[in-house]
Amino acid sequence: MAFDYTPYLRQEKMPHMWCPGCGIGIVVKAMIRAFSDANWDPRDIAVVSGIGCTSRAPGYLNMNTLHTTHGRAISFATGIKMHRPDKHIVVISGDGDASAIGGNHLIHAARRNIDITVIVNNNNIYGMTGGQYSPTTPLGARAATAPYGNLEPSFDLTKLLIGAGATFVARGQAGNGRQLSTLMKKAFDHKGFSFLEVVSNCHTQFGRRNKMADPMNMIAWINDRAKPLKKYEELGESQKDQYFPVGVMHEDLDRPEYTETYQALIDKLAEQQKEAAAAK
Amino acid sequence: MGSFTDTGGDIKFWPGNIVVAEAAVAAGCNFFGGYPITPSSEIAAHMAMLLPRNGGHFIQMEDEIAAMGSVVGASLAGAKSMTATSGPGLSLKLENLGFGYIVEAPCVVVNVMRGGPSTGLPTHPSQADVMQARWGTHGDHPTIALTPSFHQELYMETIRAFNLAEKFRMPVLLLIDEVIGHLSEGVVPPEPGSFEIINRIYSDVPPEDFVPYDTSNGDIPPFRPYFDGYRWHTTGLNHDHTGFPTTIAKDVEADERRHYRKVTEHRDEIDKIEWFLAEDADIGVFSFGSTARAAMVAVKQAREMGIKAGLMRPLTLWPFPNIQVNEWTNQVKKLVVPEFNLGQIVYEVERSVHSDMPIKRITKAGGVPIAPAEILAGIEEVA
Repeated sequence: MAFDYTPYLRQEKMPHMWCPGCGIGIVVKAMIRAFSDANWDPRDIAVVSGIGCTSRAPGYLNMNTLHTTHGRAISFATGIKMHRPDKHIVVISGDGDASAIGGNHLIHAARRNIDITVIVNNNNIYGMTGGQYSPTTPLGARAATAPYGNLEPSFDLTKLLIGAGATFVARGQAGNGRQLSTLMKKAFDHKGFSFLEVVSNCHTQFGRRNKMADPMNMIAWINDRAKPLKKYEELGESQKDQYFPVGVMHEDLDRPEYTETYQALIDKLAEQQKEAAAAK
Repeated sequence: MGSFTDTGGDIKFWPGNIVVAEAAVAAGCNFFGGYPITPSSEIAAHMAMLLPRNGGHFIQMEDEIAAMGSVVGASLAGAKSMTATSGPGLSLKLENLGFGYIVEAPCVVVNVMRGGPSTGLPTHPSQADVMQARWGTHGDHPTIALTPSFHQELYMETIRAFNLAEKFRMPVLLLIDEVIGHLSEGVVPPEPGSFEIINRIYSDVPPEDFVPYDTSNGDIPPFRPYFDGYRWHTTGLNHDHTGFPTTIAKDVEADERRHYRKVTEHRDEIDKIEWFLAEDADIGVFSFGSTARAAMVAVKQAREMGIKAGLMRPLTLWPFPNIQVNEWTNQVKKLVVPEFNLGQIVYEVERSVHSDMPIKRITKAGGVPIAPAEILAGIEEVA
């Protein structure tokens, strides 16, 4: 039987606002499959976003959805998770939202190892505002604010997150939806902070300026460079620049999760108060 | 700070910042998202101690902006949430404070005012954020801001801040300053149950029928936290009663006007003024917060000198008590407005007064509070 997406979607909000061929649709579809695979009841999920094209995804998802201010989704998500540690909290964000204006929240949520999944749709550009260069725009690529080519080196988001202490870090690509939902399921199942970068396409704002105006050209440009982590590691150093690794890049099951640590403190203090009352 | 709560006896000798934290927990606060900033930091430190002992959560966020975000997020999940900051920190929080207004998330934001602009005088008081509190975040929105002067009052006004936030589904500001925050003064915490605690009204419609901004029964939509069967969309975009964005002009305007009405139509529940020797006064002194402490002394001294001075001391500074100020001008002959800044709230006084009554400004900067003698000199000058 065909998979039923309807329990997870607000179909009355369709058609969506993304450009034809946008990678975000694939990301949302993969998310729904992963919610189902993880056996998450939509009523127990909060999807939180910031500002940008990707951040409009929650509006189409039939769960608790919070479309916050630019870059700040993770801080709102942290408040929700602290108050309701029993619920599932997912942040979906773009590269500008998550790693430029929201970069501080991203690294500190990773450091705390709070049980939130952050999915970043990395299309290398600020799409909604008209194609300005982002922290993940490749060096030399053109953007509305880089008419002579981008002068700034870009972030490797997975390395950034591993460095910040994230206990699950993965990367997938919009051109491979099946792999995406598998990686998302793993991220959802992970107890602790999990991060998934989706290398995605914005042919409208990035592609048009970089000779890939057709979405399939951009998807191919991404797919041609994606290599499973093991195969990527076998490449010679000179070849590595031409590719990027996909798969689970990092997993640490030993570090305690933040809300559990906090609950242990609450329990310990309650025990101490009980003992103190008994001693009196 | 632990010793403050562990001592026996009814009278506590607490700095104002501790009073705020103790009263917040008494009001039912169970989430605090903070960031260190002088002179408010003791509030966060005391909440970090109190909240886990009461089953609540404290978190020190990575910056001021995140602290405000976490507070709004926790509120939407059902928490009674709070943050505390000081001038520059409030500047950083303003965007997410505006988010709290537009999504109608109850929460309390304490601003322990210090000198400014910018880093200014971190360890010295001022009252220079009163306009930032009112108009700091962009766009149209009503504001409720409370300005207590004494510690017993501070305890009760902290509880009132939560009650107003919950009742009207909006952030409420508690505006104190370094004088109040760090000054120690006797407080008798009231017995639990002896004061009113208001919690936001929950919608009782079943999840499938829940409409997040249902105003069919009034301007304050019944709330439902995320989860436990309920799911709804929340956005900082202008939205209609369903919570989803709209750009239909009449709907946007109607909703923004409804937000205003939550305050303008409930002034009798929000306004609060303390009067001192006011009923027969010829010289009216208008003062709030820490400066009102000095104003009270000055008014007493003026009376001893035979000058019939009186004090109007608003505990609710925003919405501004414009009608009450104007009514007082039917009785008093002159007004004196001392405030610890270079002149902010006096503009509100001036536009509240519908006559050409002389209004004497007493303003000050530099970090040394306005002394009673400075206010008395102003009273004598106009008397």
